[in-house]
Amino acid sequence: MELYRSHVLVCEGTGCHCSGSAEVIETFKEELKKNQLENEIKVVSTGCFGLCEIGPIVIVYPEGAFYSGVKKEDVPEIVSEHLLKGRLVKRLLYHDSISDSDVVKSLDEVEFYKKQKRVTLRNCGVINPEKIEEYIAFDGYRALGKALTEMTPLEVIEVVKKSGLRGRGGAGFPTGRKWEFAHNAPGDKKYVCCNADEGDPGAFMDRSILEGDPHSVLEAMAIAGYAIGADQGYIYIRAEYPIAVKRLTIAIQQARELGLLGKNIFGTGFNFDIELRLGAGAFVCGEETALMSSIEGKRGEPRPRPPFPALKGVFGKPTLLNNVETYANIPQIILNGPEWFASIGTEKSKGTKVFALGGKINNTGLVEIAMGTTLREIIYEIGGGIPGGKKFKAAQTGGPSGGCIPAEHLDMPIDYDSLTEIGSMMGSGGMIVIDEDNCMVDIARFFLDFTVDESCGKCPPCRIGTKRMLEILERITQGKGTEEDIDNLETLAKNIKASALCGLGQTAPNPVLSTLRYFRDEYLAHVRDKKCPAGVCQALLQYTIVKELCTGCTLCSKVCPVGAISGERKQPFTIDQDKCIKCGACMEKCRFKAIEKR
Amino acid sequence: MPCSSTCSAGTDNKEQFAKLQEVIERYKGTKGSLMPVLQEAQGIFGALTLDVQKYISEALGIPLMDIYGIATFYSQFTLKPKGKYKVSVCMGTACYVRGAKRLQDKLVEVLGIQVGETDEEGRFTLEATRCLGACGLAPVLLINDDVYGRTTPEAVPGIIEKYRKD
Ligand SMILES: Cc1cc2nc3c(=O)[nH]c(=O)nc-3n(C[C@H](O)[C@H](O)[C@H](O)COP(=O)(O)O)c2cc1C
Ligand code: SF4
Ligand code: FES
Repeated sequence: MELYRSHVLVCEGTGCHCSGSAEVIETFKEELKKNQLENEIKVVSTGCFGLCEIGPIVIVYPEGAFYSGVKKEDVPEIVSEHLLKGRLVKRLLYHDSISDSDVVKSLDEVEFYKKQKRVTLRNCGVINPEKIEEYIAFDGYRALGKALTEMTPLEVIEVVKKSGLRGRGGAGFPTGRKWEFAHNAPGDKKYVCCNADEGDPGAFMDRSILEGDPHSVLEAMAIAGYAIGADQGYIYIRAEYPIAVKRLTIAIQQARELGLLGKNIFGTGFNFDIELRLGAGAFVCGEETALMSSIEGKRGEPRPRPPFPALKGVFGKPTLLNNVETYANIPQIILNGPEWFASIGTEKSKGTKVFALGGKINNTGLVEIAMGTTLREIIYEIGGGIPGGKKFKAAQTGGPSGGCIPAEHLDMPIDYDSLTEIGSMMGSGGMIVIDEDNCMVDIARFFLDFTVDESCGKCPPCRIGTKRMLEILERITQGKGTEEDIDNLETLAKNIKASALCGLGQTAPNPVLSTLRYFRDEYLAHVRDKKCPAGVCQALLQYTIVKELCTGCTLCSKVCPVGAISGERKQPFTIDQDKCIKCGACMEKCRFKAIEKR
Repeated sequence: MPCSSTCSAGTDNKEQFAKLQEVIERYKGTKGSLMPVLQEAQGIFGALTLDVQKYISEALGIPLMDIYGIATFYSQFTLKPKGKYKVSVCMGTACYVRGAKRLQDKLVEVLGIQVGETDEEGRFTLEATRCLGACGLAPVLLINDDVYGRTTPEAVPGIIEKYRKD
């Protein structure tokens, strides 16, 4: 390997990519060439660092200088100042990354990373995901070697069981037990599948792992193949993730070239290979039986269980299915031992969980925390609090299957069981922060809209029931709801939960039940007082002119499309509520903030 | 997407069918090959029109009914060609709570089409997508491969104008 005096790491994860990191990399390469530094300094494109909000992110080693929001125009300065003269470009340094005396802090001292524990994300942002050598340099494929040469399949399963790892795809089923079922299933042809469908519309941790550290998943699948006796793996990945697909394709190719996938791995006689299957935009395909039927090239409709996939899965053969993040834990568990893993987390939830922190929060991005961390630590310490000094209302976890955590539970340690207890769930790890400006009825409507759209239509409770619920919610947000509607919502919710065929339908009512549980007063305000307290539901809003602020400039009356505003020049104007169609045009136009929306 | 409606609008699509034939040859014998074939076919033609479905049905020996069932089940497949520019607003949760709906309303107004529709010229198709993984930039607007992060309704007319010109 060549020796470089400096490494410039540029994030090429989706968030930073969208903020223009590809151009930044190009410019770095050009500038280094111009300054004849290309043999001294290496530019590495990496996966996600987690702090997507302030991308593109560039880290320069050996100093560990953390630059954020780097535009291609900034690159010449970094090259000429930092890389040539050794002077930090302070204006671009992430504000929390240097101490008061201008010393670069190491990453684990930065507030955003301090409380995190990076197990599955440990290589993301550190290695170049398109080079298998870099993964190998960080202990890559050592766990597979250890499993194949020093352990029996049953020993591997025992280690996974002992670690206490539970599935990260949503339900939290003990992974070791799942492997055991698949191992014990009779049959000479078995499959190992990876669920990379990541359907929760606010979660992107699986994608970041695949983009930043694809080999960790390949390695884990090969270990799983050895443990259950399978020689073929499938990764079912959403087609909406082109960068992840590309990196996986490269990773599989490179692993084959080095004999880490394919025939006779490590000379042990063990064969294992992996193929990709692209999804085509159907949330229900994240459900295990639907996913398998989609891999077979059919409509992705769920089927009743039993038979469970461990007995009859892909092409009718015993199949093991785990989530991306679940797999990413496996090599670490094999290498460091189950005791190490079980020492992290709470009594019944071991290890870490990655959350995609989004919505009304300062540090949007990916965070990995030990189970048992409180919501307050996540939101206020790691997440940096809520923008604009707004008030925290709730955090939504579990996406369309989950619920919300209100402020009263901010200090609850987060794990599988505590979340279920308060009516939410871990889900795949989306965590959306909601502030006082969001309407909880509207949020419930948003999720129901999603499930109605994504229901496969196979069973009536889900196909018809969720549609009825959505209609009721729409009525309420349009100011046409009654108190009886709220009771009906609850009855429908209970029936759907009890009778739907698959997890999609069974969990679809959760966002409604959970918002009703904690924010019933908001529902009541909509149906009784015909008011939306957060000022979101258009039909319930009133635009009014504040007399004291209005200068009578006539601008608003000119933009109103229905002529609802009248008054005399230089006198306060008024809005005729019967005519107003609540388009908000007047408010956009007013230069004196004299128009109020309530 | 390598190919949009422009290529299926051509008069001579022999070349495209030849490409499709290559794809089919490549996948023959692979288990569960229908989905990848349909995906590549859509890449070639821009849409899974009835002709394309029929061709695949015959070549793979799969009943047309099954192919149609799949083409209509998955939201990524489209039976009609889309506009030259696919304008999509991310309707993921993070974008939604940061005002994606207002962005979408504005696009409906500016483009004069509803979500899911293509304008008469075949220039714009308005769509809604799910989380693009760029939640840090919410709300996110995507026009083909161009990403516009932290977009406001006020910025929409200016952005669209750029794509009207060429
Ligand atoms: C409607 C629905 C959607 C799902 N979507 C996903 C998904 O996107 N990713 C995922 O890993 N699991 C998803 N699951 C859970 C899977 O069915 C399955 O439980 C999981 O992949 C098993 O892996 P694990 O044990 O490692 O969590 C979904 C379940 C349902 C019912
Ligand atoms: S619950 Fe919904 S998604 Fe699941 S099988 Fe029934 S209709 Fe399909
Ligand atoms: S929700 Fe829009 S990018 Fe994630």
